[in-house]
Amino acid sequence: MNRFDYVRPANVADAVLAASEPGAVYLAAGSNLLDLMKGGIARPSRLVDVSRLPGLDRIEHLADGSLRIGAMVRNADLAHDADFARTYPAIAEALLSGASAQLRNAATVGGNLLQRTRCGYFYDTASACNKRAPGAGCDARGGDNRLHAILGWSEGCIATQPSDFCVPLVALDAVVEIEDKAGRREIALEALHCLPGDTPERDTVLEPGDLIVAVRLPAPARAFAARSRYLKVRERTSYAFAVVSAAAGLVIDGGTIRQARLALGGVAAKPWRARAAEETLTGAVAGPDAFRLAAKAALSGAKASGDNHFKIELAERTVVRALTLAARGTPERLPALPASPFAAAAGALS
Amino acid sequence: MNLSLRLTVNGAQRDVVLDDPRVTLLDLLRERLQLTGTKKGCDRGQCGACTVLVDGKRINSCLALAMSYDGADILTIEGVAQGERLHPVQAAFIAHDGLQCGFCTPGQIMSAIGLIAEGQAGDDPERIREGMSGNLCRCGAYAGITEAVLDAQKILADTKTERAA
Repeated sequence: MNRFDYVRPANVADAVLAASEPGAVYLAAGSNLLDLMKGGIARPSRLVDVSRLPGLDRIEHLADGSLRIGAMVRNADLAHDADFARTYPAIAEALLSGASAQLRNAATVGGNLLQRTRCGYFYDTASACNKRAPGAGCDARGGDNRLHAILGWSEGCIATQPSDFCVPLVALDAVVEIEDKAGRREIALEALHCLPGDTPERDTVLEPGDLIVAVRLPAPARAFAARSRYLKVRERTSYAFAVVSAAAGLVIDGGTIRQARLALGGVAAKPWRARAAEETLTGAVAGPDAFRLAAKAALSGAKASGDNHFKIELAERTVVRALTLAARGTPERLPALPASPFAAAAGALS
Repeated sequence: MNLSLRLTVNGAQRDVVLDDPRVTLLDLLRERLQLTGTKKGCDRGQCGACTVLVDGKRINSCLALAMSYDGADILTIEGVAQGERLHPVQAAFIAHDGLQCGFCTPGQIMSAIGLIAEGQAGDDPERIREGMSGNLCRCGAYAGITEAVLDAQKILADTKTERAA
């Protein structure tokens, strides 16, 4: 780990100022950042500790029916908030399917959004990686790329964004509140992460000094509480990143789908909202035919980036299953193995 | 750069001045406070051997910058027994052969204490296994560990009920 200056500002304005210097980065829990620093992948010259900034650890219900989650709320605290889990069950399920209990107790809402790819070549400083060292090349192409992108990738980078949390968030139109020197602005979560294009070193649209202070769920997100699921296919049942995942939310009235939300994880450099699929679902009769059609629509632009052609069909099947489970209704209690296709409470498809 | 911090470790107040901000909570415990019960396994948040409780919650101390935890209340494996009397989770690990080489055991026990306090798993072995998935045991004592957690949880619940009665 390189040497760095450590500062702990007393408020958001001081933090933004301290992080605007070149080489400065924010430190929240450090679950990803310290790992990257130990591996020599991140080499910041200054850590600006925002983990205990006042006012960022609250979950607030706003008058317009939206929910505002402070950026320093811990992943486990959010997932285990009974009211939150009841209203946004797919988000709670996604959170609890990620990492381990120890990491969820530390990891923050804001940090989760900004965690970096787990591409093995990005982590291995002996490998060529355009994200880590622009222009160096990409050893993931032609390498071990089971976990890599099938949507939105470029010749320069095929890495995926690894967050589970982001997948249902993007499906539910989450908004990110950002503080900078000029004050506060907000952007849709869908617009936070960048596709690689020619600049894979850029994960997000954030500029130096930009601090995520909250994530907001608009009021319409509440409509999906009764029929929401997150499904995550991984190499082992717990404590592993997604090969592919899907968040599905439905509003069904008399067998007809009135509203649909769908997003995929593990397939691209950003949480992938499947709007075309949502359109095919809206007005359709809830059932296997509509779900299969939606899955085809969601993956219509997909293309293997290496030995990961299997992920296209796997993603389609994951979408069908997530929609099937969502249509069946949010379970009373989350299954013992959250988001697992092997979870007993998820049941076999009838 | 002022790198002084105050911690409560196993009930005792400890004032520490660091010479380097890179020190993790794990390294502080082991190298500065000589509390070597907390183990350094992977040092990258993957194995759980370094698990401690911070303000009652289990975290990986290897991915925690010590300076970030100024003012925190830390419980390590050295602080769970009462004199010669083992903590019920420690006793259950022995009774159920929840270990072989023992290297991961302090982390397993701290994680189990955290899990029981979280109260999410109930008496469902599947939920216990899921809740303990952040602790790897390369000897493969998982079956014994699950039984130990279930048993310790029951003993702790019974003690609580007795105290309330």
